[in-house]
Amino acid sequence: MIAPGRTYLTDEMVAKIEALAPRYPNRRALTLPALHIVNAELRHVPLGAVVEIAAILGLAPAEVQDTLTFYQFFHQEKPHGKVRAFVCRSVSCALRGGDHLLEHLCKTNGVEPYGTTANGELTIEPAECLGACDFAPCILANDDLLKNMTPETAEAELNKPRARAT
Amino acid sequence: MTPFKPVLLEAVGVPDGHTIASYKSRGGYAPLEATLAGKQPADVIEMVKASGLRGRGGAGFPTGLKWTFLPKDHPGPIYLCINADESEPGTFNNRILMEDDPHQVIEGIILSSFATRASTAYLYLRYEYPRSWHRLQDAIDEAYAAGYLGKNIRGTSFSLDIYLHRGAAAYICGEETGLIESLEGKRAWPRIKPPFPAIEGLFRKPTVVNNIETMACVSQIARRGVDWFKSIGVPADPANPRDPGSYGPKLYCLSGHVEKPGCYEAPLGITARELIDRFGGGVWKGRKAKAVIPGGISMGLMTESELDTPLDFAGPGKVGCLGLGTAAVVVIDDQTSIVDFLHNSARFFAHESCGQCTPCREGTSWSLRILERIKAGKGRLKDLDILLEIGNTMGMMPGSTICGLADGAAWPMKNAIKKFHSEFEDYIKRTNPSGWMVTDPVPALQIAGAH
Ligand SMILES: Cc1cc2nc3c(=O)[nH]c(=O)nc-3n(C[C@H](O)[C@H](O)[C@H](O)COP(=O)(O)O)c2cc1C
Ligand code: SF4
Ligand code: FES
Repeated sequence: MIAPGRTYLTDEMVAKIEALAPRYPNRRALTLPALHIVNAELRHVPLGAVVEIAAILGLAPAEVQDTLTFYQFFHQEKPHGKVRAFVCRSVSCALRGGDHLLEHLCKTNGVEPYGTTANGELTIEPAECLGACDFAPCILANDDLLKNMTPETAEAELNKPRARAT
Repeated sequence: MTPFKPVLLEAVGVPDGHTIASYKSRGGYAPLEATLAGKQPADVIEMVKASGLRGRGGAGFPTGLKWTFLPKDHPGPIYLCINADESEPGTFNNRILMEDDPHQVIEGIILSSFATRASTAYLYLRYEYPRSWHRLQDAIDEAYAAGYLGKNIRGTSFSLDIYLHRGAAAYICGEETGLIESLEGKRAWPRIKPPFPAIEGLFRKPTVVNNIETMACVSQIARRGVDWFKSIGVPADPANPRDPGSYGPKLYCLSGHVEKPGCYEAPLGITARELIDRFGGGVWKGRKAKAVIPGGISMGLMTESELDTPLDFAGPGKVGCLGLGTAAVVVIDDQTSIVDFLHNSARFFAHESCGQCTPCREGTSWSLRILERIKAGKGRLKDLDILLEIGNTMGMMPGSTICGLADGAAWPMKNAIKKFHSEFEDYIKRTNPSGWMVTDPVPALQIAGAH
């Protein structure tokens, strides 16, 4: 349920954020957890949601926005796809075809890097080392690590429906 | 000498090895119980100091010594931050510890909190590790249920909560004060030191930041003893009073052009050649190595002739690398272009610079633009001098930046250009036959995807 006076944050989101409050000595430390909670539901954090988060945390909207923009992780304009695929392009993956993989997936899905397919299903983002260099080249698709990908296996994997990121 | 047996990776491949029952069956949590029953925080600090344990997060700072920098008799709170941001390209040992043996990490956190009198430990976990997140949360829940976390643990006055805090895909959150700023809800801009975190850290309180593998080592030292730990590795160099030695087992991450990439445990001081041959099944496709990264991309490059360098805290520095770093060994075969490698490295650092310090922000993006131009066949020999000049002037070592990211960006550049100068020269002359000797300024290319 959307809480009264709010457009983006539901009661559930607010309850999840408040449940974490006792962990920190001040409310500003809830900024990243709150952004993650909203992002997990909306697949982006629009400016309106930033204003609402700031109101809950007792911060200026600009403070939350300042933090959000630093991380680049949170899309703001429109939601990322139902599957968000981080394709690693750092050294160990690059040595085993990571850049080629990224280029291939962008081309076959008709998107630029960081772009989302027209049907809103898939976003392809270049990523730096995913900490899975033992399985290079690899992709993190929502919560699933896709190991030792080739252009063909990656294409097949990314077209499968997949549980959302937690 | 008894043959070396992995202990940090003991649980790997054990069915349900990540559960508390399995961990206890291997002797886990007994050292914690014994500590709480009869020891003082100072005893644990003394044990860790005596073991010679040095931090596994990259800088190799002696762990026990770091803990003694906390103010004495502080009214609290004191915080422990566990650094699980693990984003150095090539590095994945923390991930394996968290996924396969989370209790080994948690016992280390509890012992370290007891030693430092911290009553809250925040574990800062990079976003890209969802499996670690779930494994750790389940293990923390088990530890609370078993009475190893919470209020008045085992009837003592010691209380501890561990909270997981997730990052949002930024390398700089691994730098300890960047981590602190990020935890506080701000942009992860590293702080000028001093004050060091031990004096003024998280929420302006005394804080210790330690790596996941460091925590696992604390558990093992408590279980197996100081003598066991000191029997492994490379002793301090008597000729160098500033060398604290490189003791204990180490997790080496082997990746790139090897037959069998993976995380392997070996005594500190094993050489890259031994790692590649004994664990990695050799360079892939029967090829030869052209270069090897000794400890994550920030450390620079070793050439094939430098592969017998011991990978202890002192070794890589002797061949012009920045240090042991994260002990992530990345093998680059003889068919790979070093120009491509350096371009990849420059792209990483230009992307990850937090932008606070001008030499780092401008230096990393300028070097990327130069390398883009070289790769596009418009390189000049002069560019190599410019890249070296950028490399020599950005970083904490020359004193122009707040944190070590800039040194990490500079090292691969300086190493690659010095150690593979003729390859760069040949590349530039071959791809730009009419312009390689130009010394006048040239326009930059438009590049995509950098920001
Ligand atoms: C740019 C940069 C990135 C870093 N990333 C990490 C990291 O991901 N994990 C880590 O443990 N240490 C990282 N460090 C080192 C930390 O600042 C700090 O020294 C370390 O966490 C201390 O833990 P230790 O004493 O147990 O090694 C990084 C340092 C710099 C300069
Ligand atoms: S050296 Fe680079 S990453 Fe570190 S604080 Fe300065 S700009 Fe940021
Ligand atoms: S370089 Fe791709 S996962 Fe590490």
